[in-house]
Amino acid sequence: MLKKRIIPCLDIKDGRTVKGVNFVDIRDAGNPVELAKKYVEEGADELVFLDITATVEKRKTLLSLVEEVTVKINIPFTVGGGIGSVNAAKEVILAGADKVSINSAAVKNPSLVQELASELGSQCVVVALDVKYVEGTWRVFVSGGRTPTEWTAMDWAKEVERLGAGEILLTSMNKDGTKSGFSLDITEAISRQVNIPVIASGGAGKEEHFVEVFQQTQASAALAASIFHFGEISIPNLKQYLKNQNIPIR
Amino acid sequence: MITIIKYNAGNIKSVMNALKRLNTDCVVTDDQSLIQSADKVIFPGVGEASSAMAYLKERNLDVVLKNLTQPMLGICLGLQLMCEYSEEGDTKCLGIFETKVQKFPAKDIVPHMGWNDLSETKGDLFTNVSSSENLYFVHSYYADVYKETTATCDYIVPFSAALQKDNFYATQFHPEKSASVGEKILQNFLSL
Repeated sequence: MLKKRIIPCLDIKDGRTVKGVNFVDIRDAGNPVELAKKYVEEGADELVFLDITATVEKRKTLLSLVEEVTVKINIPFTVGGGIGSVNAAKEVILAGADKVSINSAAVKNPSLVQELASELGSQCVVVALDVKYVEGTWRVFVSGGRTPTEWTAMDWAKEVERLGAGEILLTSMNKDGTKSGFSLDITEAISRQVNIPVIASGGAGKEEHFVEVFQQTQASAALAASIFHFGEISIPNLKQYLKNQNIPIR
Repeated sequence: MITIIKYNAGNIKSVMNALKRLNTDCVVTDDQSLIQSADKVIFPGVGEASSAMAYLKERNLDVVLKNLTQPMLGICLGLQLMCEYSEEGDTKCLGIFETKVQKFPAKDIVPHMGWNDLSETKGDLFTNVSSSENLYFVHSYYADVYKETTATCDYIVPFSAALQKDNFYATQFHPEKSASVGEKILQNFLSL
């Protein structure tokens, strides 16, 4: 049986792992390669690296990090953050990433999703949706969650599937950093509606939250950051807990 | 020397790095004589079947590969191209394995992406590998189960997770991305 995936996410700034709460207030959480290795040893199913650096040196730092990670780890990993063109995506894949994650650039230029899917294959293309519940609607936000768009979460999810995305990384901004559990309603709605894997993200604070998201939605994977970085939940304990609840886990 | 076939399908770097972690040197090439003289050949690939076959044919590698006598390991698209025919792009493939490749019916999420367990494992690749182990898969097409199947996986339908015929080995999963159990399987191939 196909297993539900547990994915630690490493937010990278200037080559270090950081984690913000509600997208601000950045704290240092350590060396990304060391953290990545630790997570692999503990049984992480995949890793995501999101680069939030905003300097001209960014690309170089990110690529050298990807190269280091790909030598040292033996599970799949995704790289995202500021990837805005086919060339930038190709650089990351050639450096050794298995998938790229795109976000704002896809909203700005939806044909980028199509181009990436045809150049790299859908399996390489993750579209990240930062969504927020405002005025009765789940809306897509871009630019690190600062700018609302015209898209509802559901319409954009269906659209990126149509354009050839291989996977959706769905982050609830209402829940991100709150440790109060995943946004089950929108995760369930989207994961029922699309026929590509959905990674639930934002809000994981305790083991029960992972049980909820796997029992109450069709999410294929769940992603979290700070609770893993700061040791609040250990991956081996989490996986054992999920197995005890009869959730298919590696 | 281990030779990795260079062709227009990605994922070569992760195979190279996996070999590096196993302290094994390799060359990446589409040169016929280097491929023919290799101790072992790895045929990786993530990509699309018809364009990959076209690339191989242009370089006469279709003929070279099916006539190899040293151990060869196809991975993912590599496995599919070693079969007779793929529905993807209506492609006639190498015909090493007498089975065909078709798309998963859309009864569940396609691609089959993530970790899945195997059953009925047998043969050299699975020496000291428990069949309850999980391996990493990402694919939308699958090879039917037939007599040369050495591991079966079940997703929507049962399919060939591994095949072996004479010196030809293939896995639908990515051993290079399957943590320590994947490394064990690669090591089993390298030890042939």
